[in-house]
Amino acid sequence: MNRKLIIIGSGPAGLTAAIYAARADLKPLVIAGVTWGGQLMNTTEIENFPGFIEGIQGPDLMNNMMEQAKRFGAEIVFENATQVIKKEKSTVVKTYENEYEADSVILATGASPKLLGIPGEDKFYGRGISTCATCDAAFYKEKVVAVVGGGDSAMEDATFLTRFASKVYLLHRREEFRASPIMVNRALSNSKIEVLYNTQVEEVQGDTKVNGLRIINNKTNTESILVIDGLFLAIGHIPVTDYLEKQIDLTEEGYIKSTDGVHTSMEGIFVAGDVEDYKYRQAITASGAGCRAALEAQKWLETLEDK
Amino acid sequence: MGMSANLVPNQSSTGTGEDNLITNLTDQTFTDGTKQGYVLVDFWAEWCAPCRAIAPIVHELAEKYKGKLKVAKLDIDSNPLTQSSYGVMSIPLCILFKDGQPIDSLLGAKPKQFFDQLLQKNIPELAA
Repeated sequence: MNRKLIIIGSGPAGLTAAIYAARADLKPLVIAGVTWGGQLMNTTEIENFPGFIEGIQGPDLMNNMMEQAKRFGAEIVFENATQVIKKEKSTVVKTYENEYEADSVILATGASPKLLGIPGEDKFYGRGISTCATCDAAFYKEKVVAVVGGGDSAMEDATFLTRFASKVYLLHRREEFRASPIMVNRALSNSKIEVLYNTQVEEVQGDTKVNGLRIINNKTNTESILVIDGLFLAIGHIPVTDYLEKQIDLTEEGYIKSTDGVHTSMEGIFVAGDVEDYKYRQAITASGAGCRAALEAQKWLETLEDK
Repeated sequence: MGMSANLVPNQSSTGTGEDNLITNLTDQTFTDGTKQGYVLVDFWAEWCAPCRAIAPIVHELAEKYKGKLKVAKLDIDSNPLTQSSYGVMSIPLCILFKDGQPIDSLLGAKPKQFFDQLLQKNIPELAA
């Protein structure tokens, strides 16, 4: 008899699906990834996840979800999925190390940080360019850094970096931030943060590591060099779907296509979280999606038994 | 697989001195510790969650290539000189040294296969 359910991904979507599926006695296998836990592992305080009056650290929240899933019998492997192959009566998921097979699969692989795609970025990635402020901020004690972006992550990163850096430039290509007012106010009221609006980064410069950015003001078209030691990118995320065969339909933007946020173009393969959700992208909406996917998978598996 | 205990974010799995397969280098011992043969150095820090994710992989490599490769760790917080002299600005970073010279590196928490490839590509004796 086949395994009933494989869940790929271990962020809020994957682990919530695992909790529900494990409690429904589906004995799910979670292919969690080498770096498990999703985007929240790179954050500090989560203030808007319901139930935590004083907030909770992102990694603590994910650790709790992981332990909760394990408590109900979810099996976890810390491997990266490389291929999903839909067969007639089952689906095969390959990782670098192993091959697993199940009646149904939930795709909850989330999204990874977007890069700028400008000259110098490849060369200096890891040598002054980072997509994880909480990972790398400590390298910039008393140094000058820039954060690119206009959303909540950019505000959080800039504010967090002021614990170490002497100065943080916040670069945004538009005139207004799209981040929530509470996050914007926190950043704007920090004396170490200087905001440069209407500013685009054209090139990252340096020798063995980053020493400056060529920036352009898109209103006045003036170009200048910003002298910095580090660049942090917080310009959003792209859905992780590189392990999927063409069998699964994607949108033009690369998200997994779904009419209802749960079902994919293949029967028996479900989706949850940021790999499908281009709009809300919150921990709590991802958790909600994981719950829905587990319930739908359970329902679908029951119809399978009736046949 | 016995890995889960090492992956709990709030626990330190990369403690010092308990592991005889892996050498803990410091600013003082770094030059001496890397000057001969192939040495893979894992640059890590206590506060770095992805570093904890690769700790079990680094341990496996030390077991697998025992006698052919020396595996070492460097805590970047307590050893700022080595960190800055190799321009380490992001971790986890594993640098492969040959006779004291850095010859290749792997940045970020990658699957074990990537580490195997890095080593097999650079160390003729390990090539499959």
